[in-house]
Amino acid sequence: MDIQLQEVEYRYAAGTPFERLAIEDVSFTIPEGVFLAVVGHTGSGKSTIIQHLNALLRPTKGQVVIGDRVISAGKKEKNLKSVRKKVGTVFQFPEHQLFEETVEKDICYGPINFGIPEEEAKKRARSLISQVGLSEEVLQKSPFDLSGGQMRRVAIAGVLAMEPEVLVLDEPTAGLDPRGRKEIMDMFYTLHQEHGLSTILVTHSMEDAALYADEMIVMHKGRVQKQGKPRDLFSQPDELAAFGLSVPEVVRFQHRFEALSGMKLDRTCLTIEELAEELARAKKRGEDR
Amino acid sequence: MKENIISINHVHFRYPGQTVYALKDVSLNVAKGEWLAIVGHNGSGKSTLAKMLNGLHYPEEGQVTICNFPLKDEFVWDIRRRLGMVFQNPDNQFVGTTVQDDVAFGLENNGIPHEVMVERVKASLQRVGMLDFLNQEPHHLSGGQKQRVAIAGVIALQPDIILLDEATSMLDPRGREEVLRTVRQLKEEQDLTVISITHDLEEASRADRIIVLNKGSVYREGTPEEIFQLNEELIKLGLDVPFPVKLSEILRLQDFEIASNYLSEEELVRELWTSNFKK
Amino acid sequence: MEKMIFGRYLPLQSPVHELDPRAKLLFIFGFVIVVFLANNILSYGILAVFTLLCIYLSRINIRFLLSGLKPVIWIIAFTFLLHIFLTKEGDLLFNIGFLKIYEGGVRQGAFISLRFLLLILVTSLLTLTTSPISITDGLESLLNPFKKLKLPVHELALMMSISLRFIPTLMDETDKIMKAQIARGADFSSGPIKERVKAVVPLLIPLFVSAFKRAEELAVAMEARGYRGGEGRTKYRLLHWQGKDSAALVLLLVLAALLWWARS
Ligand SMILES: Nc1ncnc2c1ncn2[C@@H]1O[C@H](COP(=O)(O)OP(=O)(O)OP(=O)(O)O)[C@@H](O)[C@H]1O
Ligand SMILES: Nc1ncnc2c1ncn2[C@@H]1O[C@H](COP(=O)(O)OP(=O)(O)OP(=O)(O)O)[C@@H](O)[C@H]1O
Ligand SMILES: [Mg+2]
Ligand SMILES: [Mg+2]
Repeated sequence: MDIQLQEVEYRYAAGTPFERLAIEDVSFTIPEGVFLAVVGHTGSGKSTIIQHLNALLRPTKGQVVIGDRVISAGKKEKNLKSVRKKVGTVFQFPEHQLFEETVEKDICYGPINFGIPEEEAKKRARSLISQVGLSEEVLQKSPFDLSGGQMRRVAIAGVLAMEPEVLVLDEPTAGLDPRGRKEIMDMFYTLHQEHGLSTILVTHSMEDAALYADEMIVMHKGRVQKQGKPRDLFSQPDELAAFGLSVPEVVRFQHRFEALSGMKLDRTCLTIEELAEELARAKKRGEDR
Repeated sequence: MKENIISINHVHFRYPGQTVYALKDVSLNVAKGEWLAIVGHNGSGKSTLAKMLNGLHYPEEGQVTICNFPLKDEFVWDIRRRLGMVFQNPDNQFVGTTVQDDVAFGLENNGIPHEVMVERVKASLQRVGMLDFLNQEPHHLSGGQKQRVAIAGVIALQPDIILLDEATSMLDPRGREEVLRTVRQLKEEQDLTVISITHDLEEASRADRIIVLNKGSVYREGTPEEIFQLNEELIKLGLDVPFPVKLSEILRLQDFEIASNYLSEEELVRELWTSNFKK
Repeated sequence: MEKMIFGRYLPLQSPVHELDPRAKLLFIFGFVIVVFLANNILSYGILAVFTLLCIYLSRINIRFLLSGLKPVIWIIAFTFLLHIFLTKEGDLLFNIGFLKIYEGGVRQGAFISLRFLLLILVTSLLTLTTSPISITDGLESLLNPFKKLKLPVHELALMMSISLRFIPTLMDETDKIMKAQIARGADFSSGPIKERVKAVVPLLIPLFVSAFKRAEELAVAMEARGYRGGEGRTKYRLLHWQGKDSAALVLLLVLAALLWWARS
């Protein structure tokens, strides 16, 4: 399922003295199966954009095409459940949405709302709980007895249980310790690869954008400023700096090395392994000469 | 050897009704004017220790001395005035309805006269670069700005020690940088002692000393160079190592010559270039 | 919710904004009493003109003010109808079967609705032109004499200012949790009443949990910053009573005198 934004504008509290333009003239397409990273300085409109992807917000101008549905400014749409079933969203600090007595019930809440039979929902809960790295005993516990990191995982399982075709992630690892961060991002990446889930990741971590994304969008002051492959965008650090953004550590290191040595590596490296490989190659070239 | 501003001796602590110790036989000293980083996995007891330093918990066993005051009921308000804390969640420590009210809150509590208060509020906000936001309400500020206001509230009381409990962990990179730059600057301007609890390696690697907590006990203490030498050991504890250390490790496997473990990218770049390419 | 004006503050520059909050509070208090002096067309007219004058002085856009009244318009309409149907005085105007409408009823209904409307307008004006914290300071200062009667004035004022501080935060939080549950298929806006009540549970429980956690963290932060009750505390915000504040109260007395003169 493709998602398309066409000249979307959104104003909060439109028509009051508190009106605030959050995004304007935003157009891009999210083709099926892509891993898209959305980056930008705080307040640049990232969260506002992703709330359009499952019709939580209706544009104040322009339109959003989600599969075969069109959400446009001014027209009130009925029955948006079908859209929301297909687009699952993990919000920032998703553990705040937990409310049921047991973890199992909480995970089943989404699927049951979308008309999945209870038995099937429970089956999904059982298989998901291990997928997010927790043991099955957790299912019968109260979510409020878990640690912060475990609650986060339960909340994520609750979104995955809807079996969405598109997964939207708004800074899913904020506030976790380094190990938790890596485990959760790796899990999303596996899901993306194994089930071909389109994934939209809003992040402040350029490292994550470099590691996981196929495509990247740079937001600034409510507008899309740049769009392209992470490798291409990261090879122009000055342009990103203009939007208050940095490049991943690896890339920064590479640029430092190139500046000091006057050499140029063959490509912009996105992982530490790539960098080591390229450096080894450059060294070999030097010795051969 | 500089004088100790904090000393903790064989401290044990359990939360009421718990059998496991949140802090187990913890002993450590903090020297006047140093920047100490405390790292450890989620639940290792960092916040518990921080709260103890502010008299929000008392040890079950052992002694704590802060700025020459033993940690006891009668001195707790003196201690709180000398050790200022900044917590993790920017929203849940903002008491005032506007920026200036929030900075004034601590001053009001300590009965500072009005004229002095007005001056100190201005001066503190000036020093954290938030003077233009005097009348802003908290929900119009970014996370980084709120944390800088919290810092202004702390320094307005002219403390000797400032303790940051993951004060940057809910911020975006720019907000984090703003806050750290502010603290560094303040530390330079006056003889502040900084204790910073953090998961951020870059922040920890710029400290004078690091203490690693694990399951309520001090696992290791040393300079950043010594601590990050532990590499695999740290990863087993659920922590991470800074990028230059990781890269050095991989480069050595590829037969590069890297003499020691550098913590700054700059040093590593230079070492990489001089020992491997420039021959 | 975004259009609600009740309890919101619009930071503008105007003579009304600049008044001491105590003056404004006393003024409102007086106004509530004075309103009841009006009892005929002339006196209600004076009252309405006076209110318009206040609105004009506050520089608040009257259209905005009126659009914000939408939520209470129903209550006003209801009061109006109630009076029309229940008051049986004066000439009979209509007689539609069992329904009899008297001239007295219409007048009574119109007056009461107008009185209600004016009261709401003037109180909204207070909150629109006075920052919540000033209102709190004003209240604390006005209530100070009651401290002797063991009324916890400082604590009440602090509680009020903290609630005010957290209202926007909790509103944001409500919005976020609501969206998160809608994304999981919750439906807050349609279906039978019983279903709708049930649908609120996934909203209320997380809100409660989060408010509790915030309160706990806030209490710790306040203690760490040296808060130990009102004893020995100094105040950062001082109130200054000026000539114009007295003038505002005099104006109210003039209004009362006018109404006294105009009433029948
Ligand atoms: N509920 C709201 N009411 C009014 N304005 C809002 C609301 N939510 C966001 N805004 C404003 O819209 C703009 C974009 O906000 P948004 O939350 O989309 O940014 P973001 O890129 O997600 O930022 P962050 O990185 O801090 O999450 C900001 O200027 C913000 O102040
Ligand atoms: N109020 C409390 N009551 C009971 N146990 C608690 C309480 N607060 C913390 N604990 C427990 O004490 C231990 C140490 O917690 P602490 O909050 O100090 O960890 P931390 O190192 O700060 O972790 P994090 O990185 O998540 O902030 C944990 O096992 C925790 O579950
Ligand atoms: Mg956001
Ligand atoms: Mg902690």
